[in-house]
Amino acid sequence: MPNKTFFWFFLPTGLAMILFIGLPIISTGIQSFYAQHDQVVKEVKKCDPFGCTVSIVVDNEETSKIREAKPLGKFNGFGTYTDRNHLAVDEIKKFWNETESFGAFVDQVTNLPFYKALIFTLTYCLFVTPNVLLLGFIIALSLNAVARKIRGPLIFGTILPMIVTPLVGSLVLFWMIDSQGIIGANIQNLMNDPYLSLKSSKTLTWITIIIYGIWHHSPFAFVVFYAALQTVPQEPIEAAIIDGASRFQRIKHIVLPHIYPVVTFVALISLMDNFRVFEPIIGFSAEGSAQSLSWLIYDNLVNEEVILFGSAAATSMMTIIGIAILLAPVLIRTWKEFKTAR
Amino acid sequence: MRKILVTLLFLLFGTSAFADCNIKSGSINILANDFPALRTFVETSKQCKGSADFKVTHSSEHNKIAVPALTANPSEFSARIAANSSIVPLMNQDLIRPLDDLVKKYGKGIQDSQLITIDGKVMAVAFMANTQHLYYREDVLKDMGIAVPKTYEEVVAASEKIRASGKMQYPYAAAYKAGWNLAEEFVNMFIGHGGEFFKSGSAEPNINNAKGVATLNMLKKLSELSNPDYLTHDSEAIKVEWESGNVALMTLWASRSGTLLDDEGDPNITKATKLTGPATVGGGNIPAATLWWDGFTLAKNRPDADAEATFRALAHAASNKKMVADAADQAVWLVEGFVPGPKSIGVIEAVKMGAKPYPMLPQMGLMHGALGSEIVEFLQGKESAEQALKDVEAAYISKAKEQGFL
Repeated sequence: MPNKTFFWFFLPTGLAMILFIGLPIISTGIQSFYAQHDQVVKEVKKCDPFGCTVSIVVDNEETSKIREAKPLGKFNGFGTYTDRNHLAVDEIKKFWNETESFGAFVDQVTNLPFYKALIFTLTYCLFVTPNVLLLGFIIALSLNAVARKIRGPLIFGTILPMIVTPLVGSLVLFWMIDSQGIIGANIQNLMNDPYLSLKSSKTLTWITIIIYGIWHHSPFAFVVFYAALQTVPQEPIEAAIIDGASRFQRIKHIVLPHIYPVVTFVALISLMDNFRVFEPIIGFSAEGSAQSLSWLIYDNLVNEEVILFGSAAATSMMTIIGIAILLAPVLIRTWKEFKTAR
Repeated sequence: MRKILVTLLFLLFGTSAFADCNIKSGSINILANDFPALRTFVETSKQCKGSADFKVTHSSEHNKIAVPALTANPSEFSARIAANSSIVPLMNQDLIRPLDDLVKKYGKGIQDSQLITIDGKVMAVAFMANTQHLYYREDVLKDMGIAVPKTYEEVVAASEKIRASGKMQYPYAAAYKAGWNLAEEFVNMFIGHGGEFFKSGSAEPNINNAKGVATLNMLKKLSELSNPDYLTHDSEAIKVEWESGNVALMTLWASRSGTLLDDEGDPNITKATKLTGPATVGGGNIPAATLWWDGFTLAKNRPDADAEATFRALAHAASNKKMVADAADQAVWLVEGFVPGPKSIGVIEAVKMGAKPYPMLPQMGLMHGALGSEIVEFLQGKESAEQALKDVEAAYISKAKEQGFL
């Protein structure tokens, strides 16, 4: 396609992307460098049905004057990024100087909200993505091998987890693992421990969410792999069969190299999706044991009665940077291949 | 103190002036939490809408909607049913209007004690009171020869006895869901220990002390007597636990007593469910509970005509003797003419015992938020009480700095 044609072809999409993705990200970026103005408070008398007290309120007249002068807030530079609830630079320095062993240092650091969330997010990505790829590929291969007649219903059944709304899917599992639910109660019986609870143990909660993640995302990998399998040419496979190659060898040397670009694509998309893990934490009411970066943003925006725009914006920017770092190796590789192919 | 009792108990006297209900224009749109008493309240105000346009949104997610919806100009809602805590962000952002003129003009049946005044201006009109207090199973306590607990120490002892007897495995329940609910339990228990959240006259946190540690230790003891899934249990979940007969002692909102004591569920459990005042803790004499009011506020960013129509409709409900007589079971109404029934015992006892209202401070929301996530690891046994309190203070300080409170 000539460059000019491509340009006109891409223009509407490009404009929409700038308008709905680019500009909001820039605005979020700017917001993250600002904090609220110093609050002007005053002492007043407050009366309610339970009596009167002297207490403080925000002085709205004074505050609105300051706000009109500088509507964005107080410039804070990287202040929000480096505070305790984000990168916690000062705290980490302090821990490094104060703690005696490396283990104690790690303990202290992982107790900070941002790092706690980052560790869960990375663990989730690390376990879910490869398993999704593997499981999706195995299902695609098996379904490709069954008789055509029953393939339709089987495919439908397989993609069901993806059709079910994430929140509903996680709620169903949430109730099943309740200490009186079918899975929870049986595990208690098996382990002979009436105090065992999948929901109160941090490790078990993480495992549950990871299993849920694999269950929910595998169909996506399956659908793409299944489509790719349809394009595998039959001749080399027949030739391999005649040469006496086993099923495993055929897959390793013919099928996998053929669908390799698709594997890269699925890996990229899954990594991006998994890094933004959010719904299962809400669905499983797992805020206590598992927090992800997306959950931190949500928490800053809605869980407080005071909305923390600066905090949420800073975490958003760091999530974007995090995804970019994660994807970098795969992207660089694709780019190199693209260049050699030309 | 006396004034409060008089308000709550003897609302029978006085003239019966109903709000004038001849609204000709304006549009009314109300945002409210979702529980039976509020539905009754809004329904009552609807009777008075006249030819005005009337809309209502009942949502348990009301806190998340309120500030953005009222910031818009014109605001989506003309009125917001708020409580002690949820009026604060509206005040901080200057989103609600003073009601003095409207009260003077249309608020004939509203009693002075219902008015929430801040700096001499009426900012809200309260119509019901709420608190968290103890519920107990009379049959279970009687069988075991246990007296009705008055302190949390007695609650722990009673629960341990019930567990030891093998009758119930998890005899205690309270809404310990990580986040807002858990933080609310901390607030109650900390106030019961006589704690103050901030150093006087400033926004500096003041919870990392002996009172804070005692609070956390009590919460932990109670959590060990609860269903192991306690960190995922909100008020609704523990209500279900209670109705399944798994629990003998429970701390729950007074406003939930209506659904707990209705005809649904096992009649034997319902019959044996009794209410009592909130417990004290650590030898203190004020209860480990906070008093709450629910009242209405009017959005600032709405035309005056809408505010007037909305006020008249809501004032009709906030002074409606028929409503409080018909729905006496649903809440402890602050409205004139309310006769407290058996389901109001919790709130009335709390007031008698001198319970404190939930702190209405501009920075309290940040403290509440920090508590909800940072004390979880202590309850899970992964952290010491001191470390947890240190974390709460540190998390709070970062947020308060960003918001300009420190």
